[in-house]
Amino acid sequence: MIAWQMIRFAVGGLAANKVRSALTMLGVLIGVASVILLLAVGNGSSVAVKESITSLGTNSLTVSSSASRGSVTAAKKLTVEDAKALASATDAPAVKSVAPVVTTSGTALYGNISYQPGQIVGTYPAYFETANQKIARGDYFSADDVLNSRKVAVLGSTTAKELFAAEDPIGKKITIGGTPFTVTGVLTTKGSTGFNDPDDVVIAPLPTVQNAFTGFGSVNQILVQATSADTTAEAQADITRILMGTHAVKDPAKVDFRISNQTSLLSARESTTKTFTVLLGAVAAISLLVGGIGITNIMLVTVTERTREIGIRKALGAPRAVILGQFLAESTLLSVIGAGLGVLAGIVGSHFSVVGIKPVVIPESVLGAFAIAVAIGLFFGSYPANRAASLRPIDALRHE
Amino acid sequence: MSGGKPPVIQIRRVTKSYGHGDAVVHALRGPLGPDGAPLGVDLDIAEGDYVAVMGSSGSGKSTLMNILGCLDVPTAGRYLLDGADVGHLDEGQLALVRNRKIGFVFQSFNLVPRTTALAQVELPLAYAGVKAGERRRRALAALTLVGLAERAGHKPNQLSGGQQQRVAVARALVTAPAMLLADEPTGNLDSRSTEEVLGIIDGLNARGRTVVVITHEDEVARHAKRVVRLVDGAIVSDVRQAPVDGPPPALAAGVVA
Repeated sequence: MIAWQMIRFAVGGLAANKVRSALTMLGVLIGVASVILLLAVGNGSSVAVKESITSLGTNSLTVSSSASRGSVTAAKKLTVEDAKALASATDAPAVKSVAPVVTTSGTALYGNISYQPGQIVGTYPAYFETANQKIARGDYFSADDVLNSRKVAVLGSTTAKELFAAEDPIGKKITIGGTPFTVTGVLTTKGSTGFNDPDDVVIAPLPTVQNAFTGFGSVNQILVQATSADTTAEAQADITRILMGTHAVKDPAKVDFRISNQTSLLSARESTTKTFTVLLGAVAAISLLVGGIGITNIMLVTVTERTREIGIRKALGAPRAVILGQFLAESTLLSVIGAGLGVLAGIVGSHFSVVGIKPVVIPESVLGAFAIAVAIGLFFGSYPANRAASLRPIDALRHE
Repeated sequence: MSGGKPPVIQIRRVTKSYGHGDAVVHALRGPLGPDGAPLGVDLDIAEGDYVAVMGSSGSGKSTLMNILGCLDVPTAGRYLLDGADVGHLDEGQLALVRNRKIGFVFQSFNLVPRTTALAQVELPLAYAGVKAGERRRRALAALTLVGLAERAGHKPNQLSGGQQQRVAVARALVTAPAMLLADEPTGNLDSRSTEEVLGIIDGLNARGRTVVVITHEDEVARHAKRVVRLVDGAIVSDVRQAPVDGPPPALAAGVVA
């Protein structure tokens, strides 16, 4: 019952200074809302990265030449022969398909439109499945196109939009570095992960690209698809064994190539976004702290202003604990209401996308921010409340 | 003093001084001993008595009031309130004593702002842990006693000075304290309100409540059964105007407010 009384006194105290109470709550509100929202933005970008991991295919492996510059024996480059060795190996059941990849850059022309796509890729049709590139319109190029080095190309959605705008690109001819290519298909949009645009790409048959740009030497990468996500380790072992054979490397510690799977590539990227999230959270936490200091400030003013009232209450026999409780209840009420509204604001705010990132609210951050705000109310309110409670009644009554 | 009942208040050799060394000021000192040292104030107040403590500003009457009200502690000496020594009580116990044994009426009313008259009067009961229903009943009874039952829902700024002081009196007596302690209760009131408030206090004393009034007005002192005068922190005269057991002189003379 005494507790109920204290809360009633506290509500009365807050209602006596509505604007001041509201502004103090606003401080906590902003703090809590920014913690929830900024963590949601960080989490949203991390979720986007996770989605792009799955969109890239969790069972694909990338073999690249390890550029061990400065080593005595120059690393042997990866070649189409390596890819063929992998594809034709009968003792590698975990390897499903193999696609050698060369990448280059160049300017694409269509009519009088000139555009430089992010990447020009020369590869085999297996690439599409392995890299999880789905066709939206038209068709992939075929193994036959590869064998005959036909000048055909599949465009990423960004490239297609840049070159053709609203026009249908299928069957049109574009010129890249003087070589005309017929567009056979457009890929579905994968969506940006924030660092580069996987849709800004031109994919053509390997020999065509080698013939026109890179020459018939090495390839940049060999993309290997394992039979399933569970067999990637097995496939990795198979690839290592076969390539050690073709590269004539005896010591497994001295292999001149590197196998990475998409998951490991992107987990690095994910850790970057984690850092980002932590930084955002730290900034938000500071604003929550500032809100808490606002509570202390206002409660100190309140205690000074109401010194006489405290004196009266003490003369009427209010025990120290009740005075302490009343002012603690006031500061906690400020923080609880502020935090409640902040949670509301944070959740509403997270429905809008921020700088292209769709925020994903972390439930723990909502609970955490609320709990911390309440704790801040108690902590930052305890100093003024304690000051009020330890006033001597005689001094408090004399206060004007 | 009266009928063998122990006095409500017994103070023995009480002194109160501020400052240290040469700068020491004795707000309450009593008679000086042969060596010039203060001997302290002795005072007994019997149950049912109505004492006016008089003195000019700086005579130590406010200090005495603060000590009697357990708002301040004496520098030396013993103070027994209702038979209990309050000198050794800690802060929490003093709060309890103020709540249960003493009802305060201040010169400046000292009502809690933004609080209705009923809630004001309920306040000491709330601190005493009385249940809501009981609290309300007793608070209304106290307000009725001071003639303000119909003003129960009014806030201090909606009440006149006299009404505010009557609310303060209701608040002081609602816990049925051993002593009603009034510090210049009429100092801020016009003559009509003064008569009203003094009439209520007289009525309370007539029903047996012990009353101590601090005042510098002879008009107020005339209502008391006993007048104690303080000069420079010492009692210089102690005059009985009416017996402890009888009604207060104002009522006895038929001067009803």
